[in-house]
Amino acid sequence: MTAVPTSGEEPLLRVEGLKVHFPIKRGIVFDKTVGQVRAVDGVDLAIERGKTYGLVGESGCGKSTLGRAILRLVEPTEGRVLFEGTDVASLAPEPLRTMRQRMQMVFQDPLGSLDPRQNVESLLTEPLRAHGLGGGSKDLTAKVSSLLDSVGLPAASRRRYPHEFSGGQRQRIGIARAIALEPALLIADEPVSALDVSVQAQVLNLLEELQQRLGLTFLVIAHDLAVVRHISDVVGVMYLGSLVEQAPADALYEQPLHPYTRSLMSAVPVPDPVIEERRERILLAGDLPSPANPPSGCRFHTRCPWRQETRCDDEVPVLRELGPGRLVSCHWAEEIRDGVLFPKSAEEVAATQGVTIDATGVRAIESDALVQGVDSPLEWR
Amino acid sequence: MSRAVSSAVRGAAAPGQPPVLEVDDLAVTFTRRGEASTRAVDGVSFAVAPGETIGLVGESGCGKSVTSLAIMGLLPKRGVEVSGSVRFDGEELLGASDKSLRKLRGADMGMVFQDPLSSLNPTVTIGTQVTEVLYEHRHMAKKDAVAEAADLLDRVGIPDPVRRLGEYPHQLSGGMRQRALIAMALACSPRLLIADEPTTALDVTIQAQILELLRELVQGSGTALIMITHDLGVVAGLCDRVHVMYAGKIIETADRHDLFARPRQPYTGGLLGSVPRLDAGRGTPLTPIRGSARDAIPWAEGCAFAPRCDHAQDDCLTEVSGSTIPLEYDGPGRELRCRHPLQYPPAATGATAVGAPR
Repeated sequence: MTAVPTSGEEPLLRVEGLKVHFPIKRGIVFDKTVGQVRAVDGVDLAIERGKTYGLVGESGCGKSTLGRAILRLVEPTEGRVLFEGTDVASLAPEPLRTMRQRMQMVFQDPLGSLDPRQNVESLLTEPLRAHGLGGGSKDLTAKVSSLLDSVGLPAASRRRYPHEFSGGQRQRIGIARAIALEPALLIADEPVSALDVSVQAQVLNLLEELQQRLGLTFLVIAHDLAVVRHISDVVGVMYLGSLVEQAPADALYEQPLHPYTRSLMSAVPVPDPVIEERRERILLAGDLPSPANPPSGCRFHTRCPWRQETRCDDEVPVLRELGPGRLVSCHWAEEIRDGVLFPKSAEEVAATQGVTIDATGVRAIESDALVQGVDSPLEWR
Repeated sequence: MSRAVSSAVRGAAAPGQPPVLEVDDLAVTFTRRGEASTRAVDGVSFAVAPGETIGLVGESGCGKSVTSLAIMGLLPKRGVEVSGSVRFDGEELLGASDKSLRKLRGADMGMVFQDPLSSLNPTVTIGTQVTEVLYEHRHMAKKDAVAEAADLLDRVGIPDPVRRLGEYPHQLSGGMRQRALIAMALACSPRLLIADEPTTALDVTIQAQILELLRELVQGSGTALIMITHDLGVVAGLCDRVHVMYAGKIIETADRHDLFARPRQPYTGGLLGSVPRLDAGRGTPLTPIRGSARDAIPWAEGCAFAPRCDHAQDDCLTEVSGSTIPLEYDGPGRELRCRHPLQYPPAATGATAVGAPR
């Protein structure tokens, strides 16, 4: 299974220079725009047919907003989203509605995304009715049965309501609803983060099985690197609204090139005490800076253990290719990979960067709350 | 199961040092008029020695948080029956007066909750909330208390602590709120710290910072730490001994190395088999546990995990075997509640029965 984009075939989804900016408004009588939260700030990516693209990043990095902007659940500020060659970002409402048949979403909160007053049958047939598919009531009944069967729910659940199910089963309903229209692209936003560990694995296995059977293309958005690694062919790492690294999953985990990816991976605990004691641990200083007021130059320079005196502070790094399918946006990626540069400790970084570490500067309070409201997974157990 | 054996197991974990906290046969029952009562915690026993980190692991609903609340005496009086014994330094906490508990809580016993935003008072500044502990338990003068609070915030890694003292919880980021909570819990250098899912609401990079902080704390000051979590990765990195809970009972106890290398309870094995790992390749199959925690049966009827267990046999049910399944001695430093545990060939330690056919 190679994840290197093959140049011959047009990818199913291509995102070009996508930006989503949310205005920060202030004032009682007149809404004056006083700034912008750059939730997504110029992202390019392409997803091949039948592959899984995993998008990781911390809360507030814009990964969910990116997923929603692709489906146009939030309006992109700039850029193009080419789905099978059509620009979704500039479609008129009616063609967009038709287009959504081909691209569906699975949401994070399985209870919040299902209408508590609709039973399972009604939930699953609604998309079919909305798109004028499914035919008569007999066909719909048959369709619901096959959908329930394909996500592993008992046939008796069709008359039941969302509150009667456990978290994992609810997520299965959400998945069944998403595949009801036989879409080509499925965007799953934190599909398992609200579930218990033993149930997570069931849902992940289900997603993989469906992909093989239905030939789906996935965009999986998650904060959990282990989950993303498990199901993705290509992984993109986001930091403060832009991609910092993109690589085939195995290559990325073997040798992360961007300092952020490296620290992110070193922060994930592995359920094995032997490995836990040996592995590299890079602690980052401080929190994610506010996207309303992002740092100059490389956005990661305020927390980067490899920050250099030159270039990092004032020159914005571009995403460049360092190997087959390996894109990284760091001025010093080669030097870091070859071990020429060494990381500093979190205390040193904090000391040299002074007050710029804090995520919530005096004027960035409102914006921070806004981004959390839009994007952050509230809690997961 | 004789008590002598289990206390020998506990004694082995902390040679020489008497435990700070001993929990013996703790049970919590929630009762409600007109409804059958729910037994959330059912006969839980463990002990923590100074400088030791104990992990209580389990999925949501297994009773791990209720255990911690019962230890701290934070459960409501109405509709809750707590039995058993919780001894802090040999002193019984269950049934102790509110006044004496108040003296202990915050001073000798600290607690860090999961959700930092809802456990901080949103209407009061961070400074007031941190200094409150210092006035109450250390009887400090205002000026000293403020200086000490700034020092505490600095110690837990909050930049610009003096300014933060004047801010409200909503002005801090999630990681910083959790640090502020930890600072409050540490204000009187407690001998016991209970951390209930302290990193669950945080990002991984922040989680790493907080875990490092807790690790330093335990090693530096000899605080006994009870870590309550569902994340096996966190347990692997932090805890000395691990108690796995299921449906209100401890089902397996082991040293962390033993537990992760050779899980004996099929539930523990199943949990390890269902976690995607960062160091495993793409497409490494996950072996999930069937069903969900809702499928548990009451312990009186047999092993609560039996309906989901691939190794379950008829005698896992009380009806067939005639007795409930006890928590038994299972090798040095280990205890196990299972009649058909996972077996390992004596030589090959790498082999695992997790994915074995039924």
